[in-house]
Amino acid sequence: MSALPQIFDDWFASRGWTLHPHQEEMYSGRENAAQLLVAPTGGGKTLAGFLPTLAELADGTHRGLHTLYISPLKALAADIKRNLMTPIVDMALPIRVEDRTGDTSAHAKRRQRADPPHILLTTPESLALMVSYPDSDRIFKGLSRVIVDEIHALSESKRGDQLMLALSRLQALCPGLRRVGLSATVEDVPAMGRYLAAHPASPQIIHADPGPAPDIAMLRTAELPPWSGGGAAYAIPAILEEVKRHRTTLIFHNTRAQAEIFFHNLWLANDEALPIGIHHGSLSREQRAKVEMAMTEGRLRAIVCTGSLDLGIDWGDVDLVIQVGAPKNVKRLVQRIGRANHRYNAPSKARLVPANRFEVVECVAALDAMRAGELDGERPDRGPRDVLCQHILVRACVGPFEARDLYEEVRTAGHYADLTCAEFDNCLDFVATGGYALRAYDQWQRLKEIAPQTYQLRDPRAATRIRMNLGTIMDTDTLKVRLRGRRGGAPLGEVEEGFAATLTPGDTFLIGGEVVRYEGLREMTVEVSRNPTKKPKVATFMGTKFATSTQLSHRILDMFEARDFARLPEHTADWLRLQAQVSQLPVRNRLLIESFPHDGREQLCVYGFAGRNAMQTLGLMLTKRMEEEGLAPMGFVTTDYALLIWGLDAVTDPAPLLDRAALMAGFDRWLAGNAVMKRTFKTSATIAGLIERNLPGLRKSGRQATISSDLLYDVLTKHDPDHLMLDITREEATKGLVDFGRIEEMLDRVEGVDFVRLERVTPLAAPLFLEVGRVPVHGEAEERLLASQAAEALVVAGLT
Amino acid sequence: MNGCAITVAGANLMALGSGALWWPQERILTVSDLHLGKSERIARRGGAMLPPFDTEETLRRLEAEIDALDPDQVICLGDSFDDLLAADAIAQEARPRLAILQAGRDWVWVEGNHDPGPVDFGGTHLREVHHGPLTFRHIAEQATGEVSGHYHPKARIVLRGRPIVRSCFVFDEHRLILPAFGTYTGGLWTSHAAISGLVGKGAQVVLTGKVATRLPMPR
Repeated sequence: MSALPQIFDDWFASRGWTLHPHQEEMYSGRENAAQLLVAPTGGGKTLAGFLPTLAELADGTHRGLHTLYISPLKALAADIKRNLMTPIVDMALPIRVEDRTGDTSAHAKRRQRADPPHILLTTPESLALMVSYPDSDRIFKGLSRVIVDEIHALSESKRGDQLMLALSRLQALCPGLRRVGLSATVEDVPAMGRYLAAHPASPQIIHADPGPAPDIAMLRTAELPPWSGGGAAYAIPAILEEVKRHRTTLIFHNTRAQAEIFFHNLWLANDEALPIGIHHGSLSREQRAKVEMAMTEGRLRAIVCTGSLDLGIDWGDVDLVIQVGAPKNVKRLVQRIGRANHRYNAPSKARLVPANRFEVVECVAALDAMRAGELDGERPDRGPRDVLCQHILVRACVGPFEARDLYEEVRTAGHYADLTCAEFDNCLDFVATGGYALRAYDQWQRLKEIAPQTYQLRDPRAATRIRMNLGTIMDTDTLKVRLRGRRGGAPLGEVEEGFAATLTPGDTFLIGGEVVRYEGLREMTVEVSRNPTKKPKVATFMGTKFATSTQLSHRILDMFEARDFARLPEHTADWLRLQAQVSQLPVRNRLLIESFPHDGREQLCVYGFAGRNAMQTLGLMLTKRMEEEGLAPMGFVTTDYALLIWGLDAVTDPAPLLDRAALMAGFDRWLAGNAVMKRTFKTSATIAGLIERNLPGLRKSGRQATISSDLLYDVLTKHDPDHLMLDITREEATKGLVDFGRIEEMLDRVEGVDFVRLERVTPLAAPLFLEVGRVPVHGEAEERLLASQAAEALVVAGLT
Repeated sequence: MNGCAITVAGANLMALGSGALWWPQERILTVSDLHLGKSERIARRGGAMLPPFDTEETLRRLEAEIDALDPDQVICLGDSFDDLLAADAIAQEARPRLAILQAGRDWVWVEGNHDPGPVDFGGTHLREVHHGPLTFRHIAEQATGEVSGHYHPKARIVLRGRPIVRSCFVFDEHRLILPAFGTYTGGLWTSHAAISGLVGKGAQVVLTGKVATRLPMPR
């Protein structure tokens, strides 16, 4: 039986609860150095994680910090605090709980440092900051447990690596520290366990009962899905009906842009004025807080949302999850479905709404995979070195350190377990001196070697500057959107800088569910006015795009090959039959390439089915080869399944362009010069501390003093091509945005090219013409366009 | 020659794709905001350790212009050095190369806010230079015939939905602002009041780059 203090047993009894088996297991195994709990959302995960803490603190003898709780979302920390207060207040436990995030006031933060609470709820970023303080040993004195919530989400990003490195520091400060990980269902549980535990310890793994199978299907609609596009506007009447029939519905979208468009259309169709809100990461904090509050209080019938609501926040009584657009990967689908029905032992209910006919196919494939119990997890295996460089800076902010000690310490973080001594030394050298082949900074090193192998910051004041630039989330490329004439007021939200650059005054777009008119760019703020009557002219702003997993792509190709259209709605089956009739259907072992004129340009469509990122890479490589062959490509656009290139000349024989040996030989040369590398460089160089996003005093002057990262990249490539930062960039790009592995996967499965020349656009290619995210090719075409546009503009302005 | 012919206060000038200004009739080459030694200064102040190749890059580009044009006079229009200590720090690297560039021609260092005192690199040090209808000074005072630098103007142009950003010359019939010639230099949008307030309604830009291009100034 549970060895819980009596007061807990009484409390459970008073509520008519009994401990779930996994909660009991977590409690009885609480002395383990690491415990990983795998449980569906709503399985009493939080209580399972905190029960040992509450019990250990119940007698009021513990002084200082006892448990650190880390979640990927600020909102999650606030939510957990609310949930924790129930047992604490009911049982009158002498426990102080506080949260500490980017939103916490400077005053509260200072107080927390001087007098830490028993339980501190925080995020990886705030933890990294705390770990960097010279008095961190005092702050964390007595720390006994650390709970990492939603560890499956963190493990897929650099935030997770940042966190695990911070934990390695905490473990050194508090050798008895016990780690607890709370995870949703993942494919490789032992790997998640190794990720959590301090290497080489192995954790206790506890599985909660996954509960009954979910009730999940495609949503039936009277209207047919459109040929293309991502709005799913056709399904709005059917979705509204579902909203009416349920208490609270979460309507998930894959991108912020789609969420905005959908919300706008939903609102226009909402004749009964049902209370419906929108929630995504580009909205201002105030806007999001308002929706979260309304949701908690049960005042909303539906919330249109993105990944910002993906994580396990318990915001009211959700009884239906609707996924709009193909889920792209099965694991995410399963986790989203888990958001419905938090009552244990009741099946969660979900409906999929494909946004267009291709997504119908993808949704069917995803449902098949889910029923087969196949999750598709792809996790990075080695810790990224840019995050390690940042961690070395964090360590230097604390005070002098011994290089070998730090090396041993970081290797206790699972992803860094096989970091070599040489790799570590290179990172240390980069942080200390810049790591350039030419020793230019002998006098001005960032870290000084004060004794053999012992380092400290040369200038202690640099610590402030380093702390200002900690973090692995890149948000430098977004601009705030404000109403013109209200410079002091709250911003409406943010848009990507690249999107802002495409706007001309008078364009209208959607943000926060309303149509606004672009007035101009003032310093680094997008100024808009309200424009309630007009339809948005610029359909969208960009957002994160997930790539369809390898497993789902294969399922789709197999469905095509088998002509297995039985589970597809008739309209979609007809569309695929038409494609087969006009051209061909792509299959696993052949690469279908179509060529046709359209829109006054020659189009080339490659059905690679390698996922968005790899298709993008293929686009960059192919256009480069086309430029070399004098085929004047002008740009390309990609989806998860195809790549469309347009240019001045028709490609008559694509096989030589795709020759494996030539592609491979050109890869390294190509990689050095492309835009994805530069974008990756910017991210990695910022994380590693080479580019400083925030400088003291700069915001006031309003001057943009940052040096272009593209320029630093070019200079480094030219003068020091073997520099660590370029090495890191290559590694990151190859496994990240470049996703070269999936191009190889494509080349491996393809035995030959099927080339089809046509008179017009094919059914399968048509959706590509509506895709956003067109990538220009910076070749001769650009100079020609610029010259003609400049001439036109001068004539218009009367300035010839 | 990669450049655009422009007329400022009656003087016929060439705004070059490199960011340098050429006055053919007087054989004067002007470059602004070289910021030599910038990476050294940032490192010294406890900032990032940037690739220390900026001085080398900037000098190489300056040498290319001087070799091509063989000017009688070179005017460095202020902020030639990122600060006076940086000037000392790069002396060993830069002095012999500057000496070669200065041989046989007149060389003027106009002082800027970053380098407000004399530096030990040959040439003449002046607060400003008057030549014919033009006055060369670092920070514009909105006088007629003024050629200045300081603001590092850059422009954003959208080509059929395709945005490009380039550093640029900004000018109207009375005055001209040069782009920064230095390798590690940020920039200020032409739409910023500090720049747009200095020029009149018909202001234009010349974008730097492989092909210098003249356009109405984006505001």
